[in-house]
Amino acid sequence: MTTTPTARGTPVLSPAARVVLRLSLAAGLAVIYVPLLVVLANSFNADRAFGWPPTRLTGQWWAVTWDNEGVRTALWTSVKAGLGATAIALTLGTMAAFAVQRYRFFGRETVSLLVILPIALPGIVTGIALNNAFRTVLSPFGIQLGLFTVVVGHATFCIVIVYNNVLARLRRLGTSVEDASADLGADTFQTFRYVTFPLLRSALLAGGLLAFALSFDEIIVTTFTAGAGVQTLPIWIFNNLFRPNQAPVVNVVAAALIVFSVVPIYLAQRISGDARTI
Amino acid sequence: MNTERAAVTLCGVRKAFGSVTAVAGVDLEVYDGEFFAMLGPSGSGKTTVLRLIAGFERPTEGTVHLGGRDVTGLAPFERDANTVFQDYALFPHMNVLANVEYGLKVKKVPKAERRRRAREALATVRLDGYERRRPGQLSGGQRQRVALARALVNRPKVLLLDEPLGALDLKLREEMQVELKSIQRQVGITFLFVTHDQQEALTMSDRIAVFNAGRIEQVGTPAEVYERPASAFVAGFVGTSNLIAGAVAEKLLGRDGVYSVRPEKIRVLAGADLSADVSGEEHSATGTVADVVYAGAATRFVVDLDVGGRLVALQQNLWTSSMDVLELRHERVRLAWRREHEFPIDVAGGD
Repeated sequence: MTTTPTARGTPVLSPAARVVLRLSLAAGLAVIYVPLLVVLANSFNADRAFGWPPTRLTGQWWAVTWDNEGVRTALWTSVKAGLGATAIALTLGTMAAFAVQRYRFFGRETVSLLVILPIALPGIVTGIALNNAFRTVLSPFGIQLGLFTVVVGHATFCIVIVYNNVLARLRRLGTSVEDASADLGADTFQTFRYVTFPLLRSALLAGGLLAFALSFDEIIVTTFTAGAGVQTLPIWIFNNLFRPNQAPVVNVVAAALIVFSVVPIYLAQRISGDARTI
Repeated sequence: MNTERAAVTLCGVRKAFGSVTAVAGVDLEVYDGEFFAMLGPSGSGKTTVLRLIAGFERPTEGTVHLGGRDVTGLAPFERDANTVFQDYALFPHMNVLANVEYGLKVKKVPKAERRRRAREALATVRLDGYERRRPGQLSGGQRQRVALARALVNRPKVLLLDEPLGALDLKLREEMQVELKSIQRQVGITFLFVTHDQQEALTMSDRIAVFNAGRIEQVGTPAEVYERPASAFVAGFVGTSNLIAGAVAEKLLGRDGVYSVRPEKIRVLAGADLSADVSGEEHSATGTVADVVYAGAATRFVVDLDVGGRLVALQQNLWTSSMDVLELRHERVRLAWRREHEFPIDVAGGD
């Protein structure tokens, strides 16, 4: 027997092929997620040298980490950078999406490409370019490398996420509901408030969460745009990675970072999934 | 023009999109309380005219008056006209009641009153009890009714309907035709609707404007447009029409020009009746039946005339069965019609 009855529309596979494919999927996912689980488990490992398997579990490292002044400062910096970059991305990304989707103008396709490009550019190139630009152009105006330049650096690629989300939503909505709103007597502001914005809200939320997650664990662009005094959480990890006595704390920070990144992505997926049913 | 009675007046309206002229000079007057149809094939400019009246487009030339007021430069939300869109354009994130209330809400009508009026409008379209549903949970016909209630609740001067029944299946469409008509009588608002379906236009309207290539070919009551088409285009688009022209007209009717005769006005005489005399009030022609199409209630005969040309005749199946009529294929027949059913067509004015 080479075929098995399957649901309509799914390819017919032999049992052997199904087993092989399932094992490949499991192996692929394992390569990605087992190391992450090890990091999470090790953050509770009582053994300072991380002997495996853990002989004893403890919450001690989490407490130590929470009391670590450097970690707390870095966490706060990362949150501020993430919020700043997300705010810029939401504003500019939404405006760019409206311009490209709703208006016809010279260079429209080019603008669209230029907005998307930063996500494809190697982070190191963006980083070096921004670093040069900030130091040569902005420093004469008294702006030094610091949190502000990190926010700007992150915004360059966070915009793309919001832009793509909003663009797709606008394309799907079309203009007829806005026409209907105007037809029923709503002025431009009322139409935005009652119709356009509510219909965009989930796309904005999903885009914003993804943008925040991207910013929160970014390291390359951050390295080049953060001044000496500014440390985000990923930078803090990188700087402390090879100090043996910091190892347990690094582990906990890494574990925290995993949780911090997974939650927004999960929520963003839930939200864009829900949006399809409106 | 008598703008006192006019709900909508268009004067010399032209609309060009870049190098494409969608509307090439239209003058039109729609009276208060009328059920008015703009009929034409796709691309004839009828929908653009509707959008010009609603305010979604600005005319390149000419003026638009609503109820005697010049609205040419006004935005859609400043005009006393509401639209039922072809795709309904209901707000997907609001329930039925919120959709219907929307126009009143943005005009700051107090909540109690707008709730009452919205429920009234929903009752008019027989959708009471559906207030809490989302548009996504409604059928096509129900969405159509919500769109209608949402427009009617504002009591506009003019209700614009863009192919309102286009997305419905035949049975539902026929029901809605009757219902739209009775709702219009009940509310007394001017209805101006766009359609490409000549049957729909003939059934529902008080008057029809037939559009072709960005112009109006004829404005008139359904009977006028159907029985006395002003141009070859109208004769061809509204119903099936036979055109008798040139040498054939000369031989059959004894005069030059282009004439139209509707298929159902032509009698088909066969067998013993073939050589029977036709009355002096009739014209007749002999020919051979090229094709017979049996359509249940009636039969369509396509006849090649001996003098040249081809006429279509439609006969009710009063005495005949499908067997009888199908036997007439390739047989000799005589066609006869009363002279008053020949209508001269102004070719110069047409296309």
